[in-house]
Amino acid sequence: MLSLQSLSKTYADGTRALEAIDLAVPNAEIVALIGGSGCGKTTLLRLVAGLDRPSAGRIALDGEPITGPHPGVGLVFQEPRLLPWLDVAANVGFGVSDLPRRERAERVAHALERVGLAEHAGRWPRELSGGQQQRVSIARAFVANPRVLLLDEPFSALDAFTRKDLHRHLLALWEEVRPTVLIVTHDVSEAVALADRAIVMRPKPGRLDESVALPLRRPRDPAAPASEAATRTILGALDRSLRPRDAARTPELAGGSSF
Amino acid sequence: MSGPTVLLTDAAPAKAASTRRSALLGGGGRALLGLLLPLLLAGAWEIAVASGFATGRLLPPPSRIGAALWSLAASGELWTHVAATLIRVGLGFAFGAGAGILFGALTATLPPLRWLLDPSLQALRAVPSLAWVPLFILWFGILETPKVALIAVGVFFPVYVGVAGAIASVDRKLVEVGRIFRLSPLALARRILLPAVLPATLTALRTGLGLGFLFVVAAELMGASEGLGYLLVDGQQFSKPDQILAAIISFAVVGKLADTALVTLTSPLVRWQDTARETL
Repeated sequence: MLSLQSLSKTYADGTRALEAIDLAVPNAEIVALIGGSGCGKTTLLRLVAGLDRPSAGRIALDGEPITGPHPGVGLVFQEPRLLPWLDVAANVGFGVSDLPRRERAERVAHALERVGLAEHAGRWPRELSGGQQQRVSIARAFVANPRVLLLDEPFSALDAFTRKDLHRHLLALWEEVRPTVLIVTHDVSEAVALADRAIVMRPKPGRLDESVALPLRRPRDPAAPASEAATRTILGALDRSLRPRDAARTPELAGGSSF
Repeated sequence: MSGPTVLLTDAAPAKAASTRRSALLGGGGRALLGLLLPLLLAGAWEIAVASGFATGRLLPPPSRIGAALWSLAASGELWTHVAATLIRVGLGFAFGAGAGILFGALTATLPPLRWLLDPSLQALRAVPSLAWVPLFILWFGILETPKVALIAVGVFFPVYVGVAGAIASVDRKLVEVGRIFRLSPLALARRILLPAVLPATLTALRTGLGLGFLFVVAAELMGASEGLGYLLVDGQQFSKPDQILAAIISFAVVGKLADTALVTLTSPLVRWQDTARETL
């Protein structure tokens, strides 16, 4: 269980990026955080990853507080961020260098196979396409067997076809390790394709707004009526999140609205 | 069916001709083209002197420069001078580059040290290095020490500035990758900072080496009994322009060889880079 309790982040310049975030994510759930730019999605992930410290509130993973980068938490950045001086295999194995050589090689080879890049193990990152690089970066995060995997708009720079392909690779890896996944996106169809729950965020200051449960079976067909209904529900929630807040209404986070 | 076939046979020779032409101008052909102008000028001068249009007293023809080089090499004198110059450059480069890397790394990673040292070093950098010559002669005499010191000073500043700049501009995003995987500060330095600053550091070292050769001439001009710079002074005093030109050519060759050696020795370290470096 990943739990965030009244988490707030105010930057040094006074920007209130996040305010009073409460969220509980059961193990192996995939949660999509949706919202426009400036609603604190990336800040939220950076806090959970331990890259930044919250101004108030606490984060705990299975009861253990997170105060810095944690071995159980992996992060896939918006850009691949591969190390250009390491070949693909060494990049994937970057975070598990303390493992014995043979076990590391096995895990790297397995992860590369899972993302369909086994034959590119010896190449330089610059020789790969953007989609391939992002697959390497996902493999790098998975090799460390994280209990929580955070993804910060990892597919936003890719074309629709590549993105769909990467969704498939991501879900295949998830099936295997079954980490809790928090994926930040501004693409509603991505949330519908991947998540068990979509949470809409409101800007200024960043807060969690409506939550939409997505109890659809996998593999999901984006053209199926259930997916289309879910997309409409999330779009509706996004619309409401951009209107001035109605003081009387309280966010329905606990159970979440279904459709 | 015959239409496309005819077209193909028509197109094939034209294409072959164009690839032949680009092959001629590529690689070896291009190098030869670059040699054309100096060879033409040298040949013209040789003919002009040989046919009596010019005396060649102040600018000797290539054959006399070649003969001077040959006699210097055959007597073994040339190698003594080259060795003396190389030892000075080598020592000065080692001290200057070592100190430049050390100070660059320290001031870039420790802000208090940067606030303390960088303003003074930048002020010293503004002093033309040759301005130190009289002081160095007063302090260290006229033997090897002031020469090596002058070269070291010349090498120090580009390396210092290059290394400090390289460290300061390491991509924060890559450092965060190291933080996510909880690297210790030492591991972060070894696995991310060091490889990230390597290319810029090597470029700074190359600049430093070039300046080392610049300053070895100045150092040898201020008084030496051997070294390529001494050949220059000696040629001036005894009016031997062929010897001066032979020394200049030796400087060019030795400098280029040293630079090539540095690039060749370090290129495996930056093999991962995009190929821009190969064109430098």
